[in-house]
Amino acid sequence: MIFRTFGWSEVWFIVQSAQWTLLLTAMGLVGGGIAGFFLALARVSPAAWLRVAAGTYIQIVQGIPVLMILFLSFYGLGLAGFQLPPIVAAGISMTIYVSGYFGEIWRGSIQAVPKPQWEGSASLAMTRAQQFRYVILPQALRLSLPSTVGFAVQVVKNTSIASLIGFVELARAGQLINNATFQPFRVFMVVAALYFAICYPLSRWSHRLERRLHARSAH
Amino acid sequence: MPEVLIEAVHKSFGPIEVLKGVSLTVEKGEVTALIGRSGSGKSTLLRCVNGLETIQAGRIEIAGHTVSADKAALRALRRDVGIVFQSYNLFPHLSVGANIMLAPRIVKDATRAETRRIAEEVLALVGLSEKFDAYPDELSGGQQQRVAIARSLAMRPRVMLFDEVTSALDPELTGEVLAVMEQLARDGMTMLLVTHEMGFARRVASTTVFMHQGRIHEHGPSRALFERPSTPELAQFIKSDIK
Repeated sequence: MIFRTFGWSEVWFIVQSAQWTLLLTAMGLVGGGIAGFFLALARVSPAAWLRVAAGTYIQIVQGIPVLMILFLSFYGLGLAGFQLPPIVAAGISMTIYVSGYFGEIWRGSIQAVPKPQWEGSASLAMTRAQQFRYVILPQALRLSLPSTVGFAVQVVKNTSIASLIGFVELARAGQLINNATFQPFRVFMVVAALYFAICYPLSRWSHRLERRLHARSAH
Repeated sequence: MPEVLIEAVHKSFGPIEVLKGVSLTVEKGEVTALIGRSGSGKSTLLRCVNGLETIQAGRIEIAGHTVSADKAALRALRRDVGIVFQSYNLFPHLSVGANIMLAPRIVKDATRAETRRIAEEVLALVGLSEKFDAYPDELSGGQQQRVAIARSLAMRPRVMLFDEVTSALDPELTGEVLAVMEQLARDGMTMLLVTHEMGFARRVASTTVFMHQGRIHEHGPSRALFERPSTPELAQFIKSDIK
């Protein structure tokens, strides 16, 4: 058996695969962001059935591994006759996973806006939609930024599970190269370094946002 | 027809009855002060008047509206009735100008130029014209409260409600807020205010209402009420205020 050596073309292959990791992350954050936004609104709705429905969804999503969501949407739906391409199955899974967490993070942020802000805006004859749009959500958004960005770091790393249905992103690319070169230490150092390069700026940003938030609320 | 009509209002929080049949009227252009110990029901009564609390029995009419649970009716009422709170409740993410312009623009659909003009006018009224672009956390408590008053006035209310608006302020800042309210009273605004400032109630309010244990205990022209309280509870209350 002939091994390839781990050279620049192999490194380049891995670097290029990072775009799929970024794409999966973006799909999760955009899809999950939209769904999570409506979940958060449902969680603070005056209608009890909406709160319960959204709460149940969030509990289920948070209570099962992302991997199960992925297997269900890839193999499960495949058996049922809907054979999704890996990128679609992975995108849907990331969306479901992210929505479950964003829904809860943002519910907390909305509820962290002081109650007098509701009374103040209601007393100015605003509708509930206007209260959300102009008074509550802008403040909730500011409050939610550190944890939202912090969670995005988890999303980047969790896209690696897409490798298990054969989707070639960063982690899978590393596996493929390692299978060909059998130089796991070098290969996975490169893979890890790339994850770090994506996540570290996000973590730093999250911490900076958090410090700024504390500084603002301190006075 | 009085501008504010409160008739046999009952209000309970769970098993605790806070208002036990309160009736009161405020004529147009009149200033009425509600005084009493904490827990006497005065703030609750004020909050019932603009529908922030729902009542179990009785009737409230204000500025031509009847307080009800209907949301649209409540919004119509709140266009004509302003309220200022102890905690200012300014929107911290908006500048002073934007705080004031928001409701006229989105609730009354006024044009940008029109709301800008109104905002400048009401800010001048409370003496804070130079703070148009400042943010609430850059202002003192007294200034924030004056902005809150201006924000309410920008809706062109017929009646203004004040809920212990100086209770969170240092004595030296209290004066500037009271001066604004006194000016409003002189300009003929109908006002119902809950206050701990006995001197202010006596000087500015034509009528003072002393609430005690969920009822109106004594009620009359302010000067007479403070000089000759006819119940021992009010006499005691006034004495304890002087300290």
